[in-house]
Amino acid sequence: MQTHLTVNGKKVTVEAAPNTLLVQALREHLHLTGTHVGCDTAQCGACTVIVNGDAVKSCNMLLAQAADAQITTIEGLAKPDGTMHPMQAAFKECHGLQCGFCTPGMVMSAVDLCKKHPNASEQEIREQLEGNLCRCTGYQNIVKAVQHGAAAMKS
Amino acid sequence: MGASDFSKLPHIGESLRRKEDYRFLTGAGQYTDDVQMANMTHAYFVRSPHAHAHIKSIDKKAALAAPGVIGIFDGQDVAGDSINGLPCGWLITDTSGQPMKEPPHPILAQGKVRYVGDHVAIVVAETLEQARNAAELVHVDYDVLPAVVDVRDAAKATALHEVAPDNHCYKWAIGDKAQVDAAFAKAAHITKLDLINNRLVPNPMEPRAAIGSYNRANDEYTLYVSNQNPHVERLLMTAFVMGLPEHKVRVIAPDVGGGFGAKIYLYAEDVCLTWASKKLNRNIRWTCDRSEAFLSDAHGRDHASHAEMALDKDGHFLALKVHTHANLGAYLSTFSTAVPTILYATLLAGQYSTPQVYVEVDAWFTNTAPVDAYRGAGRPEATYLLERLVSRAAWETGIGQDEIRKRNFVKNFPYQTPVALQYDTGDFHACMNESQKLADVAGFEKRKTASAAKGLLRGIGYSSYIEACGIAPSNIAGALGARAGLFECGEIRVHPTGSVTVFTGSHSHGQGHETTFAQVVASRLGIPVENVDIVHGDTGRVPFGMGTYGSRSISVGGAAIMKALDKIESKAKKIAAHLMEASDTDIEFANGEFSVKGTDKKIPFGQVALTAYVPHNYPLDKLEPGLNETAFYDPTNFTFPAGTYIAEVEVNPNTGEVKLDRFTAVDDFGTIINPMIVEGQVHGGLVQGIGQALLERCVYDRETGQLLTGSFMDYAMPRADDFPEFKIGHVCTPCTHNPLGTKGCGEAGAIGSPPAVINAVLDALAPLGVKDLDMPASPHRVWEAIQAAHA
Repeated sequence: MQTHLTVNGKKVTVEAAPNTLLVQALREHLHLTGTHVGCDTAQCGACTVIVNGDAVKSCNMLLAQAADAQITTIEGLAKPDGTMHPMQAAFKECHGLQCGFCTPGMVMSAVDLCKKHPNASEQEIREQLEGNLCRCTGYQNIVKAVQHGAAAMKS
Repeated sequence: MGASDFSKLPHIGESLRRKEDYRFLTGAGQYTDDVQMANMTHAYFVRSPHAHAHIKSIDKKAALAAPGVIGIFDGQDVAGDSINGLPCGWLITDTSGQPMKEPPHPILAQGKVRYVGDHVAIVVAETLEQARNAAELVHVDYDVLPAVVDVRDAAKATALHEVAPDNHCYKWAIGDKAQVDAAFAKAAHITKLDLINNRLVPNPMEPRAAIGSYNRANDEYTLYVSNQNPHVERLLMTAFVMGLPEHKVRVIAPDVGGGFGAKIYLYAEDVCLTWASKKLNRNIRWTCDRSEAFLSDAHGRDHASHAEMALDKDGHFLALKVHTHANLGAYLSTFSTAVPTILYATLLAGQYSTPQVYVEVDAWFTNTAPVDAYRGAGRPEATYLLERLVSRAAWETGIGQDEIRKRNFVKNFPYQTPVALQYDTGDFHACMNESQKLADVAGFEKRKTASAAKGLLRGIGYSSYIEACGIAPSNIAGALGARAGLFECGEIRVHPTGSVTVFTGSHSHGQGHETTFAQVVASRLGIPVENVDIVHGDTGRVPFGMGTYGSRSISVGGAAIMKALDKIESKAKKIAAHLMEASDTDIEFANGEFSVKGTDKKIPFGQVALTAYVPHNYPLDKLEPGLNETAFYDPTNFTFPAGTYIAEVEVNPNTGEVKLDRFTAVDDFGTIINPMIVEGQVHGGLVQGIGQALLERCVYDRETGQLLTGSFMDYAMPRADDFPEFKIGHVCTPCTHNPLGTKGCGEAGAIGSPPAVINAVLDALAPLGVKDLDMPASPHRVWEAIQAAHA
């Protein structure tokens, strides 16, 4: 089955079985391995990407459901010259990552969160990040990073 | 260079941002499942659906005929190729003088399965879907046996292994029982406690993964694996299991998405993939599903203990006695036997000058996943027991949680405990005082009144922990049963232009070694951090290594790098002396420049590096060209991080809901190189420890042995909204026996926090008459405890 979609600004066609998940298409067909799989119950959020402007767990969506969609993955967030997105820079500045495995999903969720709630309080950020698990950081510096990133995205 | 000089170097103590972050933040990390190779196949494991069963037969016919299937192997195939079982790395001697019971740990079941998830067969196919579908067609006929999962039921249960008919692996003891009994006879007060240390699933966010690859042209294997110690993995696999020459096997642990202990061990899957890659002459990928990880990763904790503390009339501790039943699971995992003994009982003196301690440990086999070291490994179990007991003693005697601790703290160092360890340094009073200040203990009563006005019960809980890190002096470990050395290796390769590559045996999987270690080297050599790269995780590039666990990386791996730097500096001084026509002994090195004492002659580090590789003007008669040095460092003692943690909770007496409102952690990690990274380690440890106290519990069905908490839907992982912002503070008494003065910081949070939280909950519930509570303090459990106290 052929599916046409736009990934990180590039039009692509994926030839894959109908039961292919979006995350499989990204990782295995398009070799965008920045999007990770951390569970099999749509709980951990490591696979989060932006689909038509919304953060979506790509393990929980069929490729077919993403037909004609605009997808942004972690690989598409930085500028073409490699300059990091303000949210990526904020995660580095605030030490919002350790092993890096949950990080792509966490950053994509954070970008979505700050677009929709640019003035979120610390407690709101914590609640909004409920769908993304991190086992390393204890979340404290992730929350700080999101606050910094939100401010940077506004300016 | 010594610890005092080291701590004064530029950039030591600066929160440099991490060198590794860019790749992780841009999706360019290379985790095992990201590694692309041609000729790839995919593996799926047939696992036991039963906790305990004989295998009557395995029928692979239908599965072998399924589309895409390349090979299916079971226990018989493995036995036919003389592949041994997985070794246990630590021999514990029973109190009878006999070695522990050490049953075979086959990589694929040999006629019997012993826990749900036990490995029965490996299916290899062209695609993962084909492998998964074919695995469904492998027909295994089981004769189901009764199962045991609770350590307290093990003695009376059906035997798992022939060598252990009563499921008993060993009884082990430490301390002087007669002296302890004598002290108890004289006690003014005895505090008693029974408690369970709940079983946990480590759950690093990257599930375990491996790729086995075999090259027929040179008869070499390569194993990519998500692992914390690739050299140990290779050593165990080649020498003990497969009987292969080590130089024919390369183990690469690329970016690894968290470990927490669960990725220390040699697992059956790793061996199966390596072995099958030659059988099939294909590359084989396996990536664990999260559900498989719950079933088959080594779990942590799972103790049932009874403890008693004898006190004099002034609240001084006279003696402690402890009996612990430890659940080892179905097989002995790599370091499992050391966890409830060497890493647990030796820490039960805690921060206190208790003159006598006696600990007995019974370790048992059960029909559960193997239990091994998980963040803290034995030390959280010791701290939880001791700090619960101390707070209970405080409540029973009316002395106060803080005062009873202060009254019993060790004050003079070095201090020899009655359970083998010698603490080199520390300042327990300073940690307590700093923690009380940061936690605003003075304002507690006011906050308690405010909570009460909302109908909530506020409580405060203390925990003063100590841990033994920097694992370990090899001779001591060897005398205690370790079957490996526990040193570390570092190689410094100075390139001709003065930039440096460091090869370290300390693997980094979130700890930030690529930054901290570069900071150490750049500070020593006076060169920019950007000019130093750290290589780890590849037996083909790093000379040797014992890996990352037990908060050992900076204190042992960092010390090896310091030793190698001493050699670099020593040789470079000779080259500089030659270039400046001075005596070696007159050369000083600081801020990246070599100078001649008492003159204004100086040359930069880069010029010496270039001279070492372009030795035109060089003392070739006395000195080899090049600037490349390797050092091995074996510590002379453990390091002893310690601290005091204070938790404050609000409990809703109507619903049993516990809200962690404030948490303060003050730690003494000795010298701190990068405070940002150290605090990040504390945050992560705290969330795992508080997770154990409030959320996490691995549950097997007591009748069937089925895993009831087998996914993130059933096992409560800590999430961002479960926590307040932590307050973090530090006290510094540098370690006296390594060249950095560091003690290690990776596990402290997970060790110190559980008793602080539970003590706070019990303090809050005291007015309702609740005296005891096991972790996790879930709303259901707290509500039940409140109802029971009412009844």
